[in-house]
Amino acid sequence: MELNASLSLVHPEIILSFSALALLLLAAWREQAGRLISILAIGALSAAAAFVINFMLNGTNLSAFDGLLINDAFGNFSKILIFLAAAISLMIAPRFLENAGAMRAEYPVLILLSCIGMGVMVSATDLVTLYIGLELQSLSAYVLASFVRSDGRSAEAGLKYFVLGALASGMLLFGASLVYGFVGSTSFAAIGTAMDAEVGLGLIFGIVFILSGLAFKISAAPFHMWTPDVYEGAPTPVTAFFASAPKVAAIALTIRIVLEAFGSQILVWQQIIIAVALMSIIIGAVGAIGQQNLKRLMAYSSINNVGFILIGLATGTEQGISAMLVYLVIYVAMTLGSFICLMQLKDKDGGYREEFADISGLSKTRPALAAALAIFMFSLAGIPPLFGFWGKLVVFNAAVAAGLLPLAVIGITASVIGAFYYLKVVKVMYFDDAADVIVESDDKVLVWTGGVLAAANSPIGYLAIPALGIWTAYAARALF
Amino acid sequence: MNAADIPVLSIMLAIPVVAAALCLYVRADLARIIALSATLLNLVFGVLLWLNYDPAGAQWQFTESANLFGPIGWRLGIDGISLTLIMLSVFLMPICIGASLTSIQKRVGEYMAAFLLMETLMIGVFAAQDLLLFYVFFEAGLIPMYLIIGIWGGQDRIYASYKFFLYTLLGSLVMLIAMLWMIQFAGTADIPSLLNTDFPAEAQMWLWLAFFASFAVKMPMWPVHTWLPDAHVQAPTAGSVILAGVLLKMGGYGFLRFSLPMFPEASADFIPLVFGLSMVAVVYTSLIALVQQDMKKLIAYSSVAHMAIVTVGLFTFNQQGIEGAIIVMLSHGLVSGALFLCVGVIYDRLHTREISRYGGLSVNMPKYALLFMLFTMASVGLPGTSGFVGEFLSLAGVYKVSTWATLIATTGIILGAGYMLYLYRRIAFGPQVNADAAAMSDVNGREMWLLAPIAVVVLWMGVYPETFLAPIRRDVATIVARIERAAPAGDSKLKLVDPTTARYRVVHHAEKKLAEGSH
Repeated sequence: MELNASLSLVHPEIILSFSALALLLLAAWREQAGRLISILAIGALSAAAAFVINFMLNGTNLSAFDGLLINDAFGNFSKILIFLAAAISLMIAPRFLENAGAMRAEYPVLILLSCIGMGVMVSATDLVTLYIGLELQSLSAYVLASFVRSDGRSAEAGLKYFVLGALASGMLLFGASLVYGFVGSTSFAAIGTAMDAEVGLGLIFGIVFILSGLAFKISAAPFHMWTPDVYEGAPTPVTAFFASAPKVAAIALTIRIVLEAFGSQILVWQQIIIAVALMSIIIGAVGAIGQQNLKRLMAYSSINNVGFILIGLATGTEQGISAMLVYLVIYVAMTLGSFICLMQLKDKDGGYREEFADISGLSKTRPALAAALAIFMFSLAGIPPLFGFWGKLVVFNAAVAAGLLPLAVIGITASVIGAFYYLKVVKVMYFDDAADVIVESDDKVLVWTGGVLAAANSPIGYLAIPALGIWTAYAARALF
Repeated sequence: MNAADIPVLSIMLAIPVVAAALCLYVRADLARIIALSATLLNLVFGVLLWLNYDPAGAQWQFTESANLFGPIGWRLGIDGISLTLIMLSVFLMPICIGASLTSIQKRVGEYMAAFLLMETLMIGVFAAQDLLLFYVFFEAGLIPMYLIIGIWGGQDRIYASYKFFLYTLLGSLVMLIAMLWMIQFAGTADIPSLLNTDFPAEAQMWLWLAFFASFAVKMPMWPVHTWLPDAHVQAPTAGSVILAGVLLKMGGYGFLRFSLPMFPEASADFIPLVFGLSMVAVVYTSLIALVQQDMKKLIAYSSVAHMAIVTVGLFTFNQQGIEGAIIVMLSHGLVSGALFLCVGVIYDRLHTREISRYGGLSVNMPKYALLFMLFTMASVGLPGTSGFVGEFLSLAGVYKVSTWATLIATTGIILGAGYMLYLYRRIAFGPQVNADAAAMSDVNGREMWLLAPIAVVVLWMGVYPETFLAPIRRDVATIVARIERAAPAGDSKLKLVDPTTARYRVVHHAEKKLAEGSH
């Protein structure tokens, strides 16, 4: 009975697991059925999301498998966002991969497996389940990064990601073993109880190693080095996926472990998070300035954005977590939209372009695409009235409420540096002479998803603020 | 007042947005017509707003409130100060569009859309009654202006557009943090409530500095004024008009709406800073203007000097000073806008802004020379023009606080006469040394239609300023009453009756007549 109750709480993951296996079987029979399997995978994600939404509406807050996993509003909110981002990544990929000659049936299956991993990550309440979820997600991601086998850059990206990812997992495991050694348990709740007492140096070392491993996964400075290379090398739809769903999962995981396991000793981890946040903001902003490749630029942009998101975590308050979730939702919309725009940069021979020189004067030849990309850039820079402004506002509002005024002032001042390179994209598209290499996109899916996301980032998105506020507050409350 | 039921302000905000969306999809001719009609329609609404505004009525009129965006409340409403600035915006907008009808030939639809969005954002800034909504409008103006300078600007437009954007952004972001703190302290983002919230004195200092960082850049005050000459020189004519005419006024409006009434103690403490920077600005930028070879740059530097008169006027804490500062803002908006248009008229013919390329234009362009002289005189502050009223009032206010500041600020008027008359002499008088300049035709009908309305208003404001003072008097008095507790003692030891009483008008006019006689 106990097992049945637990299983009923992980229905979404079970659905995804069986679908992934069934689709893998189908893939073995029908190697060329990539599109069909993608559609089926989106169906599986929708079914899983329906269960998650049901849990969310019922207000489920139950532990499963003797405290290894939890089904709560926070995890469910993250899962909805992850499944949505994964579904969009599945939708936009087929045409691109077909052009690259790499649309194989394994792509949707790997995304599904990655989603299972992420589902486990965001609901893990034990270091062991955390690790299992993280590795399942990461291993799928390594393969996805090198999915275009014929492309040297893609293979290189996969290898780099794997080697550095393994290093990060090693650090995480080392930290986990130290924590286990000093606390005597791997459960978040037990670690939290043990930390109410005195915190020894060994335990602090463990925490630092765990946070370092997680910083790698969310591509926060100073563990960000892999990001530009992997983002540039991986096929663009895969990069879009990396920048959205796994980032949400890793950040949600970081929030949960920091608050549930280390929460009682805020002084131990707060300064680490503050340092990591500020370094990410500044390195992300400064590093992007000299980039000529737009995908590398987006990689630095994601480092920069993770810094802003972590400001919410540094507050350690319910308001801060809710602000992080708001920012994450907007960030996913901004970053997916930007990559969708980049995927439409095709020259007349069908090749994909990704350099600054290629989008020169884009507003004259492709006004709609340039306008959409400009919306995403201004939104990423956090300029009102675009929706990205709201994300920054709530995060900084939480920091001000928690009394972290110096952090807020430094962070927001550094965002001006970031604005410089976002402006550069707009400048190249609008002020420079037309290079006229980009032709009209023939992929209606990209045009429509890009358009919808651009509308969501425009002031129209502000209409979603009340609902977003209610649901993120509800999700954040589950952790306190 | 039955007009109160109609959401006039929302309509005025919506008209340009709708027109902007249309402009993006139609061909050039139609875009011009749409833009012109939309701005004229907004002018009509503006006039209706003015006619229906009751100076003796509630402090906030035409209020609207809707909870569309959660914490960002869609709360609009105007007092007399907002009203006059909104009028300035809607009055200048059709003129800007008119000035661009022939000079802009590439990407007309986008150009018109950018200007129309700009209009919405300007009205929004002056009408917002929610702190966050104000910030959204205030900051959003950067995007269309960045595009206007960057796409349709001159040679160094890219450098100028970056400088404009990043300078202003840096200032505003610090203000945002201060706003968030205020909202948390007061528990509301409603501006009328915040106006009556007393913030603790030590917090006021930081908040004041944060707001100062934003408004001083926008104003612009010395030494953060350097973006302005670049932006002005590179922007297209209409861009300069809107920049000098309305965008600079947002800084003054910010000081008046936020810094003074919300942080009176801090404002009083920082009077030496404001006066010091303003005095430097008046003298320093006037001297720079004197040696400029580029017409637009000269007018840009003169703007900095005039805005310095506004800042000293605002921080006098008395009725004349603040009323005068508002009139200077209105007058400068009209006059510098008109001067940029005058530059645009001859720039369109000869395609150079170099002063030495012109000369003796009064011979071949008499109508132009007349209008240009009127605006030159208004900029100098000749009695009978709008410039005199504002400068005299604000300097009279400053005199009560600091005689030294008055002395130095007044040199600005002398220097102003110097550089403006020198400019006028080089352009309109003297021998016709350049054959191509001598062959230029006089202002045509369209240009006449752009300049004549401004000339009429400038004279109106100079001869009968009461029209413009009436709506703001009560609101300025409210601010003065609010900040009275922190008002500085002043060093002039005047033995005058309280100017805010009923006798104010009588005394004030006698004073002015006396001064006019001795000018």
